[in-house]
Amino acid sequence: MIPAISVRDVTKVFIEGPNQVPVLHGVDFEVEQGEVVLLMGPSGSGKTTLLSIMGCILRATTGSVKVAGREVANLDERELPAVRLKNIGFIFQGFNLFPTLTVGENVELALDLKGIRGAKAKGESRRLLEQVGLAAKYNSFPSDLSGGQKQRVAIARALSGSPGVILADEPTAALDSHSGRNVMEMMRELAQTHGRGVVVVTHDSRVLEFGDRIVSMEDGRIAEALAEDAA
Amino acid sequence: MPPLAQRNLMHDKVRLAVTLTGIVFAVVLIVVEMGLFLGFTVTTSSIIDKSKVDLWIVSKHTPYIEQGAAFSERKLYQVLATPGVATAEKYIVRFAQWKTPNGAEQSVQVVGFNPYTKIGGPWNVVQGDVEDLKTPDAVMIDQLYANKLGVKNVGEIFEINGRRARVVGFTKGIRAFTTTPYVFTTFKNAQAFGRLEEDQTLFILVKAAPGTDLKKLQQDLQSRLRDVDVLTTSKFSAMTRFYWMFTTGAGVAVLIAALLGLVVGVVVVAQTIYATTMDHIREYGTLKAMGAPNSYIYRVIIIQAGIAAVVGYALAMFVSFFVVRASQSGGAAIYLPLPMAIGIFFLTVLMCTTAAVVSINKVTSLDPAMVFRG
Repeated sequence: MIPAISVRDVTKVFIEGPNQVPVLHGVDFEVEQGEVVLLMGPSGSGKTTLLSIMGCILRATTGSVKVAGREVANLDERELPAVRLKNIGFIFQGFNLFPTLTVGENVELALDLKGIRGAKAKGESRRLLEQVGLAAKYNSFPSDLSGGQKQRVAIARALSGSPGVILADEPTAALDSHSGRNVMEMMRELAQTHGRGVVVVTHDSRVLEFGDRIVSMEDGRIAEALAEDAA
Repeated sequence: MPPLAQRNLMHDKVRLAVTLTGIVFAVVLIVVEMGLFLGFTVTTSSIIDKSKVDLWIVSKHTPYIEQGAAFSERKLYQVLATPGVATAEKYIVRFAQWKTPNGAEQSVQVVGFNPYTKIGGPWNVVQGDVEDLKTPDAVMIDQLYANKLGVKNVGEIFEINGRRARVVGFTKGIRAFTTTPYVFTTFKNAQAFGRLEEDQTLFILVKAAPGTDLKKLQQDLQSRLRDVDVLTTSKFSAMTRFYWMFTTGAGVAVLIAALLGLVVGVVVVAQTIYATTMDHIREYGTLKAMGAPNSYIYRVIIIQAGIAAVVGYALAMFVSFFVVRASQSGGAAIYLPLPMAIGIFFLTVLMCTTAAVVSINKVTSLDPAMVFRG
């Protein structure tokens, strides 16, 4: 089975003025289809940079990055958005919903980017919101929702176009424990029932039970990879 | 596309109001300045354009209508004898001094024409009749200048260059670019008011017979007549317009003011659209992170600019309607014909989309990784 994401010997060096700042040092990392991987580690350990490289937002300085079996490390900056659009769904700590659009329109916007428009987009948007239990909030604005509901809308949006990979950056950080559990249960279900690779960057120890694997990072390296039974 | 652009624009009502005010201000300024330019241009040559003749015979090297120099009216008979000429009339446009009963003096331009053929006569006559000009000393002026000339009613007596002049009627909207009022009268009266010799004229107006080759007639007349230029009406009109609008610098000043309006509009709209873009910069970052190509985000910004342009234009035209209407009773008319209104619409859209370029540059350089930073 082709891994959802495969990272081999990846380094990342940022240029800041005259200085070179190495952030990742030869990272090897793989996410299988149907697997939830929790990426943990202290601030500045390189988790978010690795997530950005896996999400084709940043380019690795050296090494190989494969998304759904396709090498993307050598792609041009202009080619990366298309890879993101087709293969990757993002969930952000601050939800990043569009406050001027309704819940339904937020999902429709993601579908529009993927070329799904009109009645088909409305139908698909409703279906995705049903999947996260928010069909009734279709015409509500994000400001009318709780944090947990906003994150579920973000999940519905990330699922638009059925990407093979979901990358989540601290998805429970802004949520209470109950909402956080709901969100993580949803992530797990997404991985298991749809065969998606899910990577969750988190500091939240409450969500450990939802990971198939926990990968710990430190100083730009994979420090420890632990197998974990999912509850 | 979901209505992201529309909603972003409407989200901050105060900012939207500022944007629209900027556009309205700029567009009204452009309308006023361009309308004045057009109004001035039309006014400078209105006497020529309204003459409804084909050719103007003027003394050699006459640059514009107010500079007509006298020549022998005997040339009229040479003109009438030329094949292809349907009719020809002597014509005068000449400065003179108008004196009110209280002794005040005012420059006027006496326009002398033949009231029997009415060629080159007044139009928009709202009181009296052109026929009334056939009576002795009769003159007709425009209502716009009645106060300036001290005229209250028809029948009042004044002096032009020391000769008796009796007002027999009024026209409406016949402006003079120089603000020196036109005074219509018979050719004979005009000769006297203008202190011309009895056998002199300033112009001869020619109507060609139907089916005549105008260019050939112009050449024939030019070859028959000495010391005069034979000009088509459009050519003489253009020469007069060019003189007043560009040689004097009046038109350039107005055009520069219109350009300033455009610059003010671009700056105001650019500033507000940029501020709106910055308000939503994180959303644009999210769009980029999700994989939206730059062109998608440009479309959102351009749609915002386009909506602002259309709404701003509509409001500006509403305001302009009243400004234009108010100007009709003033000394300087603002013209807003449909083609100019359409042209200004496209100019407004261009102004707003140009203003969006600053925002587009900002979004182009936006790093989608910003979505992972706090």
